[in-house]
Amino acid sequence: MSTPLKRVHGYLAEFSSTKDVYHAAEQVRDAGYSSWDVHSPFPVHGMDDAMGLPRSILPRFVLIGGIIGLTTAFLLEYLTQVVIYPTVVQAKPANIYTIAAFFPVMFELTILFAAFTALFTCLIMMKLPRLHHPLFNSRNFSKFSDDKFFLCIEARDPKFSPEKTKAFLAGLGGANIELVEDEL
Amino acid sequence: MAEAAHDSHHPHAGGPSHAKVLLREPLVLNNRSYSWVTNRICGIVENPQPKGWWFIIVPCVALVAVMAFCFTYLVATGVGVWGPNHPVAWGWDITNFVFWIGIGHAGTLISAILYLTRQKWRTAVNRAAEAMTIFAVMCAGLFPALHVGRVWMAWFLAPVPNSNAIWQNFKSPLLWDVFAVSTYFSVSVVFWFLGLVPDLATLRDRCKPGIRKMAYGLFALGWRGGNRQWRHYEIAYGLLAALSTPLVLSVHTVVSFDFATSVVPGWHTTIFPPYFVAGAIFGGFAMVLTLMIPVRKIYGLQDLFTMKHVDNMTKIILLTGTIVGYAYLMELFIAWYSGSLYEFDAFKWRILFGPYTLYYFAMFFCNVIAPQVFWWKKMRENLIVVMIVCMFVNAGMWFERFVIICTTLARDSLPGAWDMYHPTWVEIWTFIGTFGFFMMLFLLFLRFLPVIAIAEIKGVLPEADPHYDPSKTKGDNIVPAPVYEGDRHEAPTPSAAGPLPSGAATA
Repeated sequence: MSTPLKRVHGYLAEFSSTKDVYHAAEQVRDAGYSSWDVHSPFPVHGMDDAMGLPRSILPRFVLIGGIIGLTTAFLLEYLTQVVIYPTVVQAKPANIYTIAAFFPVMFELTILFAAFTALFTCLIMMKLPRLHHPLFNSRNFSKFSDDKFFLCIEARDPKFSPEKTKAFLAGLGGANIELVEDEL
Repeated sequence: MAEAAHDSHHPHAGGPSHAKVLLREPLVLNNRSYSWVTNRICGIVENPQPKGWWFIIVPCVALVAVMAFCFTYLVATGVGVWGPNHPVAWGWDITNFVFWIGIGHAGTLISAILYLTRQKWRTAVNRAAEAMTIFAVMCAGLFPALHVGRVWMAWFLAPVPNSNAIWQNFKSPLLWDVFAVSTYFSVSVVFWFLGLVPDLATLRDRCKPGIRKMAYGLFALGWRGGNRQWRHYEIAYGLLAALSTPLVLSVHTVVSFDFATSVVPGWHTTIFPPYFVAGAIFGGFAMVLTLMIPVRKIYGLQDLFTMKHVDNMTKIILLTGTIVGYAYLMELFIAWYSGSLYEFDAFKWRILFGPYTLYYFAMFFCNVIAPQVFWWKKMRENLIVVMIVCMFVNAGMWFERFVIICTTLARDSLPGAWDMYHPTWVEIWTFIGTFGFFMMLFLLFLRFLPVIAIAEIKGVLPEADPHYDPSKTKGDNIVPAPVYEGDRHEAPTPSAAGPLPSGAATA
């Protein structure tokens, strides 16, 4: 029987209110940690500032997605109605001046492409979906989706130290501090 | 709510006591905790369903079978088994399509427009309303798909290259409709799913290992609630709301173009887009209340879906119902004022001498007169009155579409071509069947998914604000919310979530 090899993921500390975890996050930020995160059942207002995170750049991708949708719709309509297969229906001519009749589909595809870009870009930025994460090895962690708040400092952080980080989290008021490991 | 508590306190900090401040009604009553919210909402999914659930779903499944039979009979025999004829080429099929699409408007309106306008009360309603939207659009989509006649050719609607080298006519409002409805459906599903992810994670974390945990875990996508996730999530959610806002207004606008861009008198009016959109919101909110008033009672959600919600929604019904009433009257006025003989004649047959006059007055009563009772607060607070009025509105909005479509076509410009339209049994049972389909999907939604957005509700609790100070709420100008005896308890642990607190299911 061999002992399974384990890799340390990081230290997990539990907090019971948004206020506690908010002030703890400010101190972790000021201590200069970089690989860490706050886990909460709902988005905590102002947490981005407390963690020192910049605003998400997601909107730029969504704008690009919308522009691609608009272009796709215009080309789809113009090429099929005017270039490839010009048809005069209901006395409406087949030329660029009928562009007003193309607007509804252009609008709809802009929204459609932008919405799907928002969904998929968001998932990529959140590094989801994934089937497993070391944090799920912690039994305590499942309370993050109920009423507890967690702060996890990861071992890959250059400032991480097995003793000091644990003491630091305890000093911030974190409860049930545990070392989260993952089987290799 | 949190802001209300702050605004009323900062000026008095340390100062003398001032006159009582009118506080905004809390969104969640009785100072419920985070875990109370989790337990109550997840309990609906985790506990056995009440008997009433089975009493409703069994007939609904039977109706779905009837609907499937009607569709099979239609496809196997031909569209002649429906009643449309010449000149009434659009009968109950298109009426039902517009009716269901209209119902599907409240969901995205609540989730998108009320989100952008920071109406925090939406959090208790949006999940169920979005689910209802998706199910209603599914019901709506069935009708045009079968109305095309040869359903196996329905793929001709999609702009894909085919061997005939024929392309769709992009100048046709009917094709705009294909794009509008399919975009609306897709974006609504994306919006709904993104909102569900954190709540699916909650359900996953409460399950014992097994198939349920795997299923919820798969759809929760490995959600960990990290702020490095939330910060993108919130932006994505806001952007989807911003994209859905014009979308929801565009869908019924495009549906109304099907009528407004034709040259049929009675349809060819510029008032149609705003009139249809207002009507859709009106009918959609009525359907949300029709579904949610029983749900809040049966599942004991009175603290989350409060009377304040009912009050707000009935006010929206009153407003949009009055806009619809204005549109009805304006149509009549313009029919006279325009001096167009055909327009005047269309309305003369519609409201006075036509075969469907009764439908017009039923519509007018249900949509314009009945909601006027909501001017009185007593009426808005009486749930029986609210339910009755919502039923009138549900029926009235169907009458509206029937009146617009069928009465106009039955009396077109050439008296020699006039004919009556009567639905056949196939159409009647198909329509009843879609109600079974809709209710079945909604009941399955109640059974398997959280009916209220758990994460969003927690986010509007006062203690969700990191700057919330409970000591300050003990000031003399705060009246604490009443506590129900025997109902204020915290369930022991998530893994041992017991049945609903006593009295919840029977309340």
